[in-house]
Amino acid sequence: MRAARAVLYGLWTVAFALGLVGVWQRIAYGHTLAGYGSYVVWGLWVAAYAYFVGLSAGSFLFAALVNVLNVNVLRPLSRTALFTALVSIAVALLAVLFDLGHMNRAFEVFTSPNFSSMMTWMVWLYAAYGILLLALMWYERNGNTGMVRALYTVGIPLAIAFPGGGGALFATLSSKPYWHQPLYPIFFVVGALLSGAALMAALASVFWPDRSDMLHVLGRTVLGLIALDLVLEWAEFSIPLWYGVSPEKEVLMQILTGRFWWVFWVVHLVLGSAVPVALLLWRPHHATCVGIAGALTALTFLAVRLNIVIPGQVTPELRGLENAFSDHRLTFSYVPTTHEWLVLLFLVAVGLGALWLGFRYLPLIETREVETHERYS
Amino acid sequence: MAGKELAPLPAAAAGPEADVLLRMQADLRRALEKPVAERRWVMVIDLRRCMGCHSCTIACIAENKLPPGVVYRPVIDEEIGTYPHVSRVFTPRPCMQCDSPPCVPVCPVAATFKRPDGVVAIDYDRCIGCRYCIAACPYNARTFDFGEYYTEDTPALQPYEKAPTYEYGQKRVRSGGASPVGNARKCHFCLHRLEEGMLPACVTSCVGRATYFGDANDPESLVHELIGRPNVQVLKPEAGTMPRVYYLV
Repeated sequence: MRAARAVLYGLWTVAFALGLVGVWQRIAYGHTLAGYGSYVVWGLWVAAYAYFVGLSAGSFLFAALVNVLNVNVLRPLSRTALFTALVSIAVALLAVLFDLGHMNRAFEVFTSPNFSSMMTWMVWLYAAYGILLLALMWYERNGNTGMVRALYTVGIPLAIAFPGGGGALFATLSSKPYWHQPLYPIFFVVGALLSGAALMAALASVFWPDRSDMLHVLGRTVLGLIALDLVLEWAEFSIPLWYGVSPEKEVLMQILTGRFWWVFWVVHLVLGSAVPVALLLWRPHHATCVGIAGALTALTFLAVRLNIVIPGQVTPELRGLENAFSDHRLTFSYVPTTHEWLVLLFLVAVGLGALWLGFRYLPLIETREVETHERYS
Repeated sequence: MAGKELAPLPAAAAGPEADVLLRMQADLRRALEKPVAERRWVMVIDLRRCMGCHSCTIACIAENKLPPGVVYRPVIDEEIGTYPHVSRVFTPRPCMQCDSPPCVPVCPVAATFKRPDGVVAIDYDRCIGCRYCIAACPYNARTFDFGEYYTEDTPALQPYEKAPTYEYGQKRVRSGGASPVGNARKCHFCLHRLEEGMLPACVTSCVGRATYFGDANDPESLVHELIGRPNVQVLKPEAGTMPRVYYLV
């Protein structure tokens, strides 16, 4: 156990150190080392942003479910979910910050906002949500259950609004046929719930391996949400492709059969959906199976986000534009560079480090939950 | 020849029968006498006259000191038909200066806005570089300034790369991460030239006299005449953007 811990600490240190190199590159060289350009303007970091926002909203809604609807079987997870939500949203915003051309002007969204922009709404919602999370942690710590419940109740619409708004951020762009669909906000909310629930299942299997009742409920939740997510995805793909004539056809075929076909088929469908479903059906009470299923779904959800952000930009708005002017920033293909992966590694290391600190120094998985649980039951 | 004075050239006529450049210059002078809000700048591109020389692209780059990856007016080159019945069509693509611009409402800090004369402009000092406007443009008419230089991997960065740009009437030298590095950039109909009574660089450099510019609110102007023709089109009318760049086909 001690050896395993040493290996994990070592891996984290390496990841953090490499990540710092990426951040230094970002500060020293701006965007010059990134792989995106002026036609594919958003890359890995924006996908990571959408991913971490989903994790945050999903985790929060989980904690809210426990506290507002009194789902006591999941009560031990409540504080863990809350803290995970806080860490995830912080990491998401950090990802977006690195993506800005002028990081020092980010405050302009507060000082001179344009409320016709979906992005402005998102930033303001994140700010409100961040304050809510901090207040919740404060009242949780002081044992003020009345305030905790009230804030969770207020937080539910907020935590539905911002992943939904994240979907709307893409969907409102009529220039991109793949993004411009009313299903997107709903898709993003379901994705948030799924990735958040999956992460909770993974954490529960580590910290509460003996709570088979909790693991069972988590496993079933993940199973149901995978099914719902796949139904939505089927609608998203089958409707535009059914007659083979639609503006989205080219993009969808890129996802299914293009250069990165394996991201959809192998990473998302096999590793992120089929294997977790099989594990959850096979051993629904088993901590390792539920944990692996949750971890796989939560981790591979980044592939789902990548398959939204990138393919939406890979078809020229005007035919022939890709050949009109030769420059490596004026192409419709995109592969994240090592620099971008290093920055992502930094974000993940910071997130994991913050979670570790929380688990170590905050009363997230201690006996107080059991006391609260007893008080409610 | 010493001591012999040259006779002055006869004044060039600027009426409807004059060279289009002279006529547009006269149109521009008239427009500048009006308040900004009463001008309606439009561009008309005659695709039948465009020969695909890319002079406009290059003139624009030179005028605005555009770095690698930033282009305001590429020319799309398409081949049509099958041999032996083939032809090529060249479509210059400046910013459409849409009357319903998708790039304006998406900007989270209102750094991009529609001027009273119809030009969609960018406040470089406010733009945060989120690139939402670039994603929103249905014409791919915006590009991001990544802070790169053409000669940065050569023994010496050439002085022309540090020459100032005068876009929006502001003198700026690209250096470090200062704006316009890290900003979205786009064609602005050479506003800085217009304000000084000069036509956009792409118009004056057009070898085939295929690009026309002027005030569509002026019934005497060349562009007013051209956009009333039956063979006038806009790009992607279905996008509902109401472009101010028209094409004669």
